[in-house]
Amino acid sequence: MQSSIEVGRDPAVQYLLRIGDTCLILGQRLGEWSGHAPVLEEDIAMANMALDLVGQARALLTRAGQLGGRGHDEDQLAFLRDERDYFNPTLVELPRGDFAFTVVRNAVVATFLKHLWERLLNSSDSELAGIAGKAVKEARYHQQHAGDWVVRLGDGTAESRRRTEAALQTAWLYVPELFDADAVDATAAASRLGPSWSALHPPWLQDMQAILDEAGLAVPQPSAFRSTGKRGVHSEHMGSILAQMQQLQRAFPGGAW
Amino acid sequence: MVNGSAAERIEGAWSVLSTVLGPEVPAVSVRDLGIVREVRLEQADGELEIVLTPTYSGCPATEVIEQDVLAAIAAAGLGPARVRLQRAPAWTSDWISEAGRRSLREYGIAPPGPAGDGAIPVRFMARARNAAPVACPRCASAETEQLAAFGSTACKALYRCRACREPFEHFKPI
Repeated sequence: MQSSIEVGRDPAVQYLLRIGDTCLILGQRLGEWSGHAPVLEEDIAMANMALDLVGQARALLTRAGQLGGRGHDEDQLAFLRDERDYFNPTLVELPRGDFAFTVVRNAVVATFLKHLWERLLNSSDSELAGIAGKAVKEARYHQQHAGDWVVRLGDGTAESRRRTEAALQTAWLYVPELFDADAVDATAAASRLGPSWSALHPPWLQDMQAILDEAGLAVPQPSAFRSTGKRGVHSEHMGSILAQMQQLQRAFPGGAW
Repeated sequence: MVNGSAAERIEGAWSVLSTVLGPEVPAVSVRDLGIVREVRLEQADGELEIVLTPTYSGCPATEVIEQDVLAAIAAAGLGPARVRLQRAPAWTSDWISEAGRRSLREYGIAPPGPAGDGAIPVRFMARARNAAPVACPRCASAETEQLAAFGSTACKALYRCRACREPFEHFKPI
């Protein structure tokens, strides 16, 4: 059994891991749709977006490993950390739910990542800026696709509308965490590594408003509940998704094909 | 032993790269796809360095392309070589050559239109969009429609032609 690695609490590394883990965990969740999506085209779309997200995660975890100074590579960071050392917001680890929840969450996250990548184009870390140059184009395409589906389902049948509204209510509980600023954000903003995530709220909300208007759906009221995945304190769903992701590397260290 | 001057080896490498096909788009060479950014000779160790920029972050063909490129260079007797992956500036479909676009069309894939800077205004659902039509690669009709935003690979979407009734793939502008 392969033992765990620790990543420490360097704020720059944490900032990168927050983004990398967001891509990694959402990529894993989208991959779960393979063979299960309601139509073949969406099966392929989910797998394609998962592939983009995992590719982005690989680049980000590699960079986090370099900055961390502990010699960790992308695979060690993806497979050998314990739950408390993952820093994705809780939203992306929630079970994939029904198709309405998946497209609502994808719209929320792709819109968020699009604005984040746009700001990271000017990162003081040239490697991160380079990753952003590619990823921003992918995030735009993901946002377009997810937004189209929110409109289609929200402005669809009574059943699709009911499910999309329910999905919005659930997703919105976990939205405030995305924009809560803390010391990690402050350090990143001061060093110009990247923006404080709180600064992304106005453009994010503007895009979400446009999507929901077109779908004929109301923006839910902000929730008082605060999830805490970004600080490493996750929901009960994180343990099982990590077990699934890590089992092979833990049981057969360094296994490859 | 390696034959040829530095200039001959570099020129030789560029010609060889015109014969290495993209594994997921086997109609167009990696050179015409615009993913070969530079070929240079490292004076220190005499190795050719081929600089590649992947098309998508998660493109699963990247590793195969690396291997294919190195195998082709070796087969041409151009001496020791290595591949370096370069992320910035990010690859854009605008880098696909005219010859590459022609080959795509002949292969049945509609080539991408201009990618621009990609910062399009947010408009959701096809009915609200005012995108330039994608011409059918078979009959050139502009009466086409998107069937799926994602196709058989990350770089393509699926379309159909309402004139000739044939489905086709579109290389996404990005």
